[in-house]
Amino acid sequence: MSVEEKVRGIVAKQLGLGEDEVNNESSFIDDLGADSLDTVELVMSLEEEFDIEISDDEAENILTVQAAIDHVNNNAN
Amino acid sequence: MAIEKNLTLLEGEIALVTGATRGIGKSIADEFAQAGATVIGTATTKEGAENISNRLSNLNLNGHGIVLDVANSEQISKEVGSLKESDLMPSILVNNAGISLDNLLMRITKDEWEKVIATNLSSAFYLSKAVIGSMLKNRHGRIINIGSVQGSTGAPGHSHYSAAKAGLIGLTKSLAQEVGSRNITVNVISPGYVSTDMTKQIDDKMNQALLETIPLKRFGKPIDIAKTALYLASSLGSYITGETINVNGGMNML
Repeated sequence: MSVEEKVRGIVAKQLGLGEDEVNNESSFIDDLGADSLDTVELVMSLEEEFDIEISDDEAENILTVQAAIDHVNNNAN
Repeated sequence: MAIEKNLTLLEGEIALVTGATRGIGKSIADEFAQAGATVIGTATTKEGAENISNRLSNLNLNGHGIVLDVANSEQISKEVGSLKESDLMPSILVNNAGISLDNLLMRITKDEWEKVIATNLSSAFYLSKAVIGSMLKNRHGRIINIGSVQGSTGAPGHSHYSAAKAGLIGLTKSLAQEVGSRNITVNVISPGYVSTDMTKQIDDKMNQALLETIPLKRFGKPIDIAKTALYLASSLGSYITGETINVNGGMNML
């Protein structure tokens, strides 16, 4: 499974959505109905799934599915 | 001393209790362990941590002591990291460790002020932040902050202590609102006058005068606080959050 697919899967699961509802362009809060706690949990799930550490500063900039995919691609081992 | 393992209220839970060598923290640690929890108790010295380990082991209970300066955020990150590696991330956090350095405000030094705020208030922030992630993930958690009646009433000589304890109430209410949807409760227990090493410093005449103000006509015992903590930590207290429970024999009906 590609990083993109994995990330979309994590997002869908976290927010209780179908995977077809999650696009790369989707904003967690504006499009997918996430609240701020959901975004914190999303970051935690990404850290765990891809074995990376995301600092609080970095996390604040991960606002869309694409931003999450980019971050993983740039930081995953 | 033979102690019955008479309850299973905290079976399967892992509790991190700060300041567990004596007084209220010790009583909470023992009570939780007897209720089936695995207890990690913190102490400021290696000897203190060993005492906790030995005590629990002698009682045939699960848990051990660790050395932790709760005012030191780096040490907290490191120690909580070790707990994570050992699969011992707490489902219950009790922020109990505290100090009081009695002095009139005009005599309190900046260092003393900062030390009291760091140990009694910032510690709760550092530790909550360190453990909340796994609680969120597990959709289950309990944070119990040990406040003081003085967080509500103030007391001469205790401006720093009272400020820190009042601060815990604000922290508790905010965090309770943030994480309630994930089945995590956050509460304060505010003891009144409990007989511990911390209150031993008060002289006899003062003690007698204090006793007169307590409708239940006795000073609190650490176990009085521990029983309340057990209630909040277990399923008994699952619908209570953001609350400050005053356990003071009626000394102050707030």
